[in-house]
Parts: sequence; structure tokens; C-alpha cells
Amino acid sequence: MKVDASNPLWRFRGITSTAMLFFAYLYLPIVILIALSFNENRLATIWTGFTTDWYVAALSNDDMLRAAKNSLVIAISATVIATIAATLAAMGMSRGRFRGETGVSAILALPLLVPEVVTAIATLLFFVAIGIKLGLVTIIIAHTVFCIPFAYLPIRARIEGMDPSLREAANDLYANEWQAFRRVTLPLLWPGILSGAMLSFIISLDDFVISYFVGGAGATTLPIYIFGMIRIGITPEVNAISAMMLLVSIVFVSISFIIDRIRY
Amino acid sequence: MSEVVISAQSVGKTFGSGAGKVTALKDVSVDIFQNEFFTMLGPSGCGKTTLLRLIGGFEQATSGKILLEGQELNDLPPFKRPINTVFQSYALFPHLTVRQNITFGLEMKSISRDAANARADEMLELVQLADYGDRVPNQLSGGQQQRIALARALAPAPKVLLLDEPLSALDLKLRKEMQIELKRLQTETGITFVFVTHDQEEALAMSDRIAVMQSGEILQVGAPRDIYEQPTHRFVADFIGDSNFLRGDLVDAANGGRAISFGEGRVVNLAADITPAKTKDVSVSIRPERLTITDANAPLDNKLGGTISSITYFGTDTTYRVDLDGGAPVTVRMQNGDGATAPFGKGDRVGVVVPAEAIRVLVD
Amino acid sequence: MGKLFRSKRFWLIAPAVVYIAFFMAVPLMQMAYVSVLERGDYGGGNLGAFSFDAYVNFLFERDLMDNLVLNTDYIQIFVRSFGLSAMTMVFALLLGFPTAFYISMQSQGRRNFLIFLVTIPFWTNILVRNYAWMLLLRNGGLIDGVLNWAGIETGGLDILYTPYAVSIGLTYTYLPFMVLPIYASLEKLDHRLVEAAFDLGADKRRAMKRVILPLAAPGIAAGCILVFIPCLGAYVTPELLGGGKFMMIANLIGSQFGAARNWPFGAGLGFVLLALVLIAMLAYSLKFKSLPEEKI
Repeated sequence: MKVDASNPLWRFRGITSTAMLFFAYLYLPIVILIALSFNENRLATIWTGFTTDWYVAALSNDDMLRAAKNSLVIAISATVIATIAATLAAMGMSRGRFRGETGVSAILALPLLVPEVVTAIATLLFFVAIGIKLGLVTIIIAHTVFCIPFAYLPIRARIEGMDPSLREAANDLYANEWQAFRRVTLPLLWPGILSGAMLSFIISLDDFVISYFVGGAGATTLPIYIFGMIRIGITPEVNAISAMMLLVSIVFVSISFIIDRIRY
Repeated sequence: MSEVVISAQSVGKTFGSGAGKVTALKDVSVDIFQNEFFTMLGPSGCGKTTLLRLIGGFEQATSGKILLEGQELNDLPPFKRPINTVFQSYALFPHLTVRQNITFGLEMKSISRDAANARADEMLELVQLADYGDRVPNQLSGGQQQRIALARALAPAPKVLLLDEPLSALDLKLRKEMQIELKRLQTETGITFVFVTHDQEEALAMSDRIAVMQSGEILQVGAPRDIYEQPTHRFVADFIGDSNFLRGDLVDAANGGRAISFGEGRVVNLAADITPAKTKDVSVSIRPERLTITDANAPLDNKLGGTISSITYFGTDTTYRVDLDGGAPVTVRMQNGDGATAPFGKGDRVGVVVPAEAIRVLVD
Repeated sequence: MGKLFRSKRFWLIAPAVVYIAFFMAVPLMQMAYVSVLERGDYGGGNLGAFSFDAYVNFLFERDLMDNLVLNTDYIQIFVRSFGLSAMTMVFALLLGFPTAFYISMQSQGRRNFLIFLVTIPFWTNILVRNYAWMLLLRNGGLIDGVLNWAGIETGGLDILYTPYAVSIGLTYTYLPFMVLPIYASLEKLDHRLVEAAFDLGADKRRAMKRVILPLAAPGIAAGCILVFIPCLGAYVTPELLGGGKFMMIANLIGSQFGAARNWPFGAGLGFVLLALVLIAMLAYSLKFKSLPEEKI
């Protein structure tokens, strides 16, 4: 709708106040969490002073760092594989309609449709059946699966928004298929690819359920580590680690959004 | 006539298969000559863009062949054809500057950077946008983008330039300017232009020759004057300008030539001796501006009687709608004299004079 | 077939499709297969012969005399999951629709920013989001503290580790999925239709009921499905905010791969959950000719 919200005709009762309530509900917990992570008081509720001690403690916790390193290795590997596969698929899907297109789209959307816990146990059963040892490798494989659609969607949207005659124009100006891809398609697709890669990266970094089931004992990721800590109890150190996780996610999504809005 | 550059020989093109099969071109043959401005004119869906894309190499013909200077082009991809295209959407690369757009084709042909830049300057000069090399396409107006698209396509000095409705996105005033500009560029570069449009006025104004297309076929090819004044098909006469269509029987004229009878002694003589396929119920077309209205009783040849049913004033001319005796209505367009009031009024009985040379007997 | 392997498109699409098919579609089929096997003697990965035990176990248990008697424990978990998911869906709709409506009436720049704000929490870690609610809801937590400070003696809020806490957490977690599709359909709505309703004498309530809501229906339905379905499969929220005391389907499934070590039963439950999801998606796509995800 394109309306002037200040026109009384468009003032519906309760709309603005509910929206305000909505955003408060959405952001209050996040703000409180971040605030508490800087609270000197160990018992959280009462503000007794500003401190970064909990961050220092978190960042010098070797177990946490090891888990974070695992998470990074997994997220980077899954992102690279998923982004390449998704880019190729998006380019293949863009060349007009074809028989079986609906089926292919359904497969590409499958990881988004199936409940996470079902994916997790099915993948676990599969790895056990074919005899792969559970660990970092199995997590990377499983993460790549659900990263593909997250990378695919922004890339596909870019291609859809691209004038198909641009590629024809490159061909017309003596660029062969490869040159047309490298000189025209890829530069125009780049923001979509980068944006898709960033989304894959966060989705992998944040995943808990699938890693928890297919990871086995040796491969503790950061979310698994946090889960363990939360189960033991609420501590200021968990607040600090959680706040850092939040920050990383927010920074990455923001960058992804900004990149995705690049228009030539 | 000079040498043939592009020759389409019995070219057919179908899209899809089975029930969804669409025939875009059926058995089209046409020769396009060196250094001519050749226009393919027709309504949307007539196959003109398909023919252009076949010449450009973006689609493959289902049957027949296309030759460039006698060499068969059929299997060559677009990037191996010395033919360039100005796209309807311009298709300027948005991530490259104007200069990089223009040198793109030259780089692909491995021409040195210096030579390519010099050529780009030359092209920018040619399209009168010398200072715009460092801009990006989205900073340019529609008309400027159009000129850059032209410069980019002309830079590699193609043997043929294809233009796919390039003026359709421009407003009327700009379109008129670009028509003159395109004609100038064609004359200056001496490159064969193949232009696709659905705008008959545009086609008449710019072309050396026009091919009028309908439903995947070329109906008539000829110079603008021939197409306008001697249409062969009802579709051509109707699509280009306004026309009156009448039906009658061919008879022998009193003067030994041919005449056409619209029944009950309403006979008009024809100028040329024509030998049509049939003589009964033939279709003829007459341009409204070739008809004149006279007094009902004026002693003139080739005069048909009728009654004025409506009069519309258009500034430079006035259009009369006349119901001819026997029922058929015709439109007569007469130039307005200086200050003179219309000598005829609605409901008047008048005579409509049909010059023998204004009557075209049509194929259909 | 030869033509297929020679087409460039095939080789472009194949890696992603084969990858997902091999590591997701095949495992799902294998899960269905495991669900009709017998639990092995040692549980866990040790599987036995063909059997419908997993599905029989869902409804019945064997008493001391080895007779099958109805056991409603698992059904209760399913009922609870459906109830909590439905409740969450209603909360999300009550908050989400007005918000989407509000956003759709803002200027272009503001809309983009607000939609961005709506999506950010989705991209943050689900454990962290639920943990934040633990901080707020626990006894002596922020809400408790504020109430006490305001003079309302709570004597401990006692809301954490209850179904209410789970519902608050679920609503919080899946709220963006309600707003985005509704916003998408409201954004496309032609405001002149609403003006026409006003012109024809409809007051705001009726314009809302007769014009805006029906036209936003596909978005509302998509939002409801996109909230309901992941709620049904929620694992983390009941685990943290329910304290493991209020199991939902996913926790029950998970426990079969942990302490209970009954993999065929877990696989069977997983298969039932998957079937429920696919039926909901199918019903939506038959009615609205698209998938709910396409509305985002």
C-alpha cells in the first residue's frame, strides 16, 4: 500500500501501539542480555557497575575458544561448498523453463521445509548406516545441506532481476560463453553471491540442533558449548559469550543486507 | 543494386513442440543489400524480432538458411558473427563505464587497449557524447543510453547493425530526433542497418527499403514510396497509413483499358493494365487524400455519387465521410484552403472523384 | 538421457540437487525404513528385523502380562505440542498482523528498515534468544525484580519452566515468520480498494473485515503455517524454557537418540512429524497455488 500514514483516514485503532509493543517484545530481551553482560554484579538483576571482566573471562576460556574454532571451521567449509553449488544451480535454473523444474525447485527448498529435528535424526541415522565417524566432517556435510537454499535464494533473486539481454549483448560483442560469464554475469551476480554466502555463514555458525545430533562427542561447536553452560546455570560469562554471538550475527546480517541492496 | 549482404533463404522458425508449438516464421526469403537502411515492419508477433534474432545468432532457424556475404551463418554463435545489435532495452552493462561498454567488443577481439580507447573516443564523438566516457549507464538519460548503445555496437565496425525497436522507450520528441540521428549515422558509417519496428511512420521516415511482415511472413518489400502508394495486400495498405477498401468486378473499359465496376453503372477506369488472378469481387484500396469531392452534377470521369454523412476538421485538412450510392462508405481527406470555409455540408449529395492511378488492385 | 548429460544446464544444477538428494532425501527415506525395524537388543544403532513396533509403541505399551494396553503418554506430548503451537500461532498473529499493517503504511525507506529489524532476530542464535528470556523470566530475574520493585509482591514469579514460558519463547522465536508474509501481501494490496470501501460506506472496522483481511488471507495463512510448523518441531525452547519438564515432539524424538536409545521409535516419530508438515504444506499449496515460503 502507498498511503500517507498521517492521514486520519488510515489511522486504525490499536495498530501503532501494537507495533510498538511488537518491537519492544522483539528487542527488549536482546538489549537486556547485552546490558547484563557488562554488569559487574554476579547475580545479574541489580546493576552495580560497568565491567568487561566477563568478556575477558570468556575470551580466555580455552574450551570456549576451541568450540569457537570448530564452529568457524565448520561455517567456512559449509559456506564455501554451499555457495559454489548454489551459484551454479541458480545459473542453471535461470535459463528459461524446463521439464522437471518444479521437482528441482522442491529439492532445493527441501532443507527449508523439513523440521530441523527430523533432518538431524535422519542425517544421524544415515551417517551411522554408511559408517562415517561422527565429528567435524559429518557436521560440515549436514550444514552444507541446509546452507544451500539460504545461499541459493539471494543469488537466484539477483539473476531474476538481471536483464537477459545483457548476456546476449556480451555474446553479440564477441565474448564467448566463458568470457560473458566472467566479464558480465559474475560481476553483476557478485553482491547476491556475497550476500548468500554471509547468510549461509551465520546460519551455520548459529546452528545448534543439527550439530548436536550429528556431531558426536569430539566435535563441540560454540552453540553446543553454550547449551552445556546454560544447562549448568546462568552465569555472567554465558551472558558475555551470548552477547558476542549476537553481535557477530547482527553484523553479518547487516552487511549481507547492505550488499544485497547494491544496485548499479 | 549493390551487393547482397544478408540473404535469408526459406527461413522457418518454430518454438516449442507438440500442443504448445508456435510458428514464428514460415518460409521467409529476403535479400538485404550493402549500405542500405532496411526496416522490418509489422505488428507485434509478426516474426520481425525473430528474424532479427536469427540474423544475430541468438536463435537457430528450424529450416532454411541465412547467408552473410554468401557464407552460411546458421551454426555460428553470436560472438563469431561480424554483426552487432542495439537491444531494445539497450542492455548496457551497468557495472562498466560508458567507455568500458564501448571498448568491450574491441577487447574481445583482442584489439590493443590504446587502439580500443581511440576507437571509443571516435565513437563517442560520432554519437555526440564526447565527455561522457567516465559515467556509468545509470547516470545517463534514455536518449543518451540509446546513443551509447549505438556507439558500442558500431565500435567493432560490424558488417551489419541490427536494431531491435531501439526507439520504443523514448518519448515522441526524442524519438523524432533519434530518427534523424540514426539515418545520419547510417549514411556516415556506410554500415547496413537492419531495423525492426512496429511504427509505420518511423519506417517510412528512415528506411531505404521496408519489408512489411504479418503472421511470420513477408508480404511486401519495397521503398517507402512504393509500399505506401502501391500496396499489394490489404494488410499493407491498412497497416501503413489510412485506406479505403472497396470491392468490385473487373470489366473492360470503354477506352479499351480496364475498369472496375461497383455495380449499376458505377464504373471507374483503371490506369495500368493489370492482370489479376480473378476478375469477380476483387478488393481495391484508395488513399483518402487521393479522393476529391466535387459537385454532384460536375461532368467528370471516374466520379461516384454519394452523400456526406460526417465532416471532421483537423486543422491542415478536413475529413469527409461519404456514403457512396450502393452502400459502401469512403473517407475523403482534403487540404484546407486559406480561410475558405468548407464548401460542402453534412447531408449534401456530392460526387467523389477517383483518379485512375490512385486505385490499387490488391492480391487478396 | 544422452542429451541430458550433454546439456550445460544439467551440470550446473546437478551438484546442488545431488548433494541435497544424497544427504537429505536419502536419509529421510532411510529414516522411514528404520522406523519399521525392531529395536535391537542393545538399543541405539543396533537394529533388528522388520516390525511395526515403533508405531504400536506410540499408542500402546505391554503390561506385565504382555498384553497391549493403551498408553496416552506419547499422545499427551503430541496434544501438548499441537496446543502450544496453536497458542503460539494465535499470539503471533495478534501481534504480527497489526505490526505488518503498520509497516505497510510507512514510507519506503522506513519500511525497509522496519522489515530489517523484524528479520534480525531470526538470524541470531536460537539458544541465545531463549537464554535471554531465561534471564527475564526466572525468579529474581528482571521481570520479577521490576514487579517487586513496583511493590507487587510476587514471592518468586514461578513462570520459568512452565508451558507459559515455553509459549512466550516460541512466540518470540517464530514471530518474524508471521510478519513477513502478511507484510508481503499487504504491501501488494492496492490502497484504492480500501478507499473504495470507505467510499461505499464501510467504516474502518468493516473495511478491515471485508476488504483488507480477505485480501491479506494468503499472507495470513502462510504466516500461520510458517509459525505453526516450526513450533511443532521446536527443540530448543521447550528444552531451555520448559526445563526439560514440558517435552514437545522434538524433545521426545531427541530423547530416543539419547537416554531412551530406541532409534526405530525416534525414526517413527520423526516420520510422523515430517508427514504432518508435508500435509500442511500440501494443503496450503492446493489452496493458494504456491508454497508458504514463497510469500516471504
